[in-house]
Amino acid sequence: MTTMDARSMGTSVRRIEGPDKVTGTATYAGDSVADGTLVLHPVQAGVARGEITAIDTAAAQALPGVVAVLTHRDAPTLGDTGDPEHRVLQGTTIHHRGQYVAAVLAEHAEVAAEAARLVVVTVDENPSTTGFDPDAQAYTPSALANGQPPDSGVGDPDAALAAAPVVVRASYATPMEHHNPMEPHTTTATWVDGRIEVFEATQGVESSRQTLATLFDAEVVVHASHVGGGFGSKGLHAGTVLAVLAARTVPGRPVRFALGRRQMFETVGYRPATVQHMALGASRDGRLEVVTHDVVGATARYKEFVEPAGGSTRSMYAAPHRRTSHRAVPLDLDGPTYMRGPGEAPGSFGLECAMDELAVALDLDPIDLRVRNEPEVHPENGLPFSSRGLVECLHAGAERFGWSSWDRTPRRRLVDGWWHGVGVGCGTFPTLRFPGSAAEITFTGGRYVVAIGAADIGQGARTVLTQIAADALGVDVGSITVEIGSTQVPVGSIAGGSAGTASWGSTVVEAADRFRDKYGENPDDGDHADAATPDNPWAGEYAMAAYCAQFAEVAVHADTGEIRVPRLLGMFGVGRILNPTLGRSQLQGGMVWGLSMALHEESVVDPRFGEVINHDFAGYHVASNADVRVVEAEWIDEDDPYINPMGAKGIGEIGIVGVSAAIANAAYHATGVRVRSLPITCDDFLTSGLL
Amino acid sequence: MARIRTTVDGLVYEDDVEPRMLLVQYLRERLGKTGTVIGCDTSNCGACTVHLDGLSVKSCSVLAVQANGSEVLTVEGLERDGQLHPVQQAFHDNHALQCGYCTPGMIMQSIDLLGDNPDPTEQEVREGIEGNLCRCTGYQNIVRAVQDAAQKMKPGATASQPASVAGGGA
Ligand code: FES
Ligand code: FES
Repeated sequence: MTTMDARSMGTSVRRIEGPDKVTGTATYAGDSVADGTLVLHPVQAGVARGEITAIDTAAAQALPGVVAVLTHRDAPTLGDTGDPEHRVLQGTTIHHRGQYVAAVLAEHAEVAAEAARLVVVTVDENPSTTGFDPDAQAYTPSALANGQPPDSGVGDPDAALAAAPVVVRASYATPMEHHNPMEPHTTTATWVDGRIEVFEATQGVESSRQTLATLFDAEVVVHASHVGGGFGSKGLHAGTVLAVLAARTVPGRPVRFALGRRQMFETVGYRPATVQHMALGASRDGRLEVVTHDVVGATARYKEFVEPAGGSTRSMYAAPHRRTSHRAVPLDLDGPTYMRGPGEAPGSFGLECAMDELAVALDLDPIDLRVRNEPEVHPENGLPFSSRGLVECLHAGAERFGWSSWDRTPRRRLVDGWWHGVGVGCGTFPTLRFPGSAAEITFTGGRYVVAIGAADIGQGARTVLTQIAADALGVDVGSITVEIGSTQVPVGSIAGGSAGTASWGSTVVEAADRFRDKYGENPDDGDHADAATPDNPWAGEYAMAAYCAQFAEVAVHADTGEIRVPRLLGMFGVGRILNPTLGRSQLQGGMVWGLSMALHEESVVDPRFGEVINHDFAGYHVASNADVRVVEAEWIDEDDPYINPMGAKGIGEIGIVGVSAAIANAAYHATGVRVRSLPITCDDFLTSGLL
Repeated sequence: MARIRTTVDGLVYEDDVEPRMLLVQYLRERLGKTGTVIGCDTSNCGACTVHLDGLSVKSCSVLAVQANGSEVLTVEGLERDGQLHPVQQAFHDNHALQCGYCTPGMIMQSIDLLGDNPDPTEQEVREGIEGNLCRCTGYQNIVRAVQDAAQKMKPGATASQPASVAGGGA
């Protein structure tokens, strides 16, 4: 078993659409400005729970420039996708504040917005619960968001904790967070003769097509040439349904719905808050006897999504006794969803901070503690690892970071009024391959055209699939044209789960092999071959995942408690990096997400109204350029022949995992103050009494 | 309605606009200049940055009528004789973008910064363009691109080969 030969893979081929993006000619979903396009502005529920008793649209309809006002009274009945979020304008029940209850179509954005304000919605309000209380009544979900069981266990963890010589027990909290891709969710839809054409900001054109086809019982074509980031939030949300519903009322006219930033805080999902109760028990020489990770997380009452925050604890460290559990507290909010590193990002904050606290309790270097607890096989299911670079990442990262030059005693380095310290946090993310893609390769005009309905949400699918196809066919990248981003090419699975490249790439390689089998090295014009995603023969034989060790240097101002991160280093074990320039950028971007999660991001719900009150970039801070300093992403050499022909593990999520723990652990090392709740702010240090 | 006359990317336009219409809406909806994009509604993200009479502005916080009699430059008007502007070239060469949505605004703000400070330090770049958010790249390559462009734009610098893209290195 070997990975395929690489000539182009592993080199920094320049981003194919780079010139389009620097000249402003790359087109996003809102850039189709055909004449006659109507603008949609929604009317949204002002309460968290209730029943609509009346809607008065007369004033809106009378406004010059308004073309239509749509409410549940006149909206057609939709097919059932099983997702309650898709039942847009299908009844009078309000499940969350911000839910769409009507829509205005007008010739100009200003008119549409004004008209939407003139729609009067009368509501019988019902009592609601929108503030997350981890001690509230919680239930056991039937499954986590990733399909895994909510609970897992080996041995007798409670007895092991009672017997362990050294025990750390602590609870860690992570807040609600919103993805905030820079491109707001946008749909431009046209309905002609029972056929819907949609330009959509989506992570998957085919999954969007299937959903819309089910809802509207119509032929659907979806395009997404360029997508301005997604991070998990660009599945198909209610806004797309609303736009298509509206398009249906004005056949032949394009309808555009571009969400405002504020609407993105109430209608396109978020990472739900968690509280994680950790307990670690170890022998005095630092061998874990027991690990428990009990998670209480928020979900939505009308749409369940349980963040699998304890998931990675099932595989990170060896311990004979272990338990993970997940309980959910239902809230009257819109539905949570996958957000970069779903489960792993918040879960690694709990586990990796607890490991740091255990290292302190044992007076051990936190790197040594992790190395001592490296499992030989997956600690819960017993499978061997296809490859596992955690220990190598720790050693290589420590070396590059200069870890050993720091005294491990907290509160030792005060430079110009700033306490400095360093910390480490580790992480993993599963290596997946989604079924269901198809690729077609056609030789035409001396070039190989490779078509697959992949989505490029910024990761660089066009470029990397070109490299994979070139190597699979044994030709130069200059002979390859990749066509993606539409349902008018063969189907592609979603850009998500860090599985896009692996899934599409495996499919392209299969199609290339068939092409060469059929036509040899000298094909004729028009020759073509296609293939579906092959199954991985090693699935179920090996545990497959990416690993990382994240290192942070933190500075905390001795008087104000201001916290800065002058240096981050991520060391990654992710198989073959297909394009170092693109890959490094994606990993650095993930790490800055981790920094942002550690220090800035928190969506604050006002429980009286069920509204995120900091619902814009003025109130919800994402890391800006000036918040960031040195961010290095490096990787170990790792040859994994079991995961896919390219030997590449997904890198979209692993960058964020472990970063917030590394920063919190560094802040402890700098100041002696242990912060167990994100984000970490000045107050944590000022109120500690320690500064 | 108000009548406005503006020069946008070198061409003169005359239009009747509603007084409440934002410049960014005018550029996109009336003129089809969709290279300039919208990322927020609170003038915090910088995605919509253009130049108004030579100075960078967030075009979502300027009314179209305020541009009457003025010259607007967008990312679509930067090329000269089919050549990318050095800052555009540097963004491509240094891979200073992923999804590309922040890129037009980032480039326009960077050009403005280099006008004020032709040789900025790393920290001066970070602070000079901190009003332009990028959610993808982690900003590292953006800073490199701006500094690379600064070198290329120095008087006497040859309009040389693009810098190597290979060393994304640390
Ligand atoms: S659109 Fe965000 S600053 Fe203008
Ligand atoms: S490249 Fe996506 S926001 Fe900057």
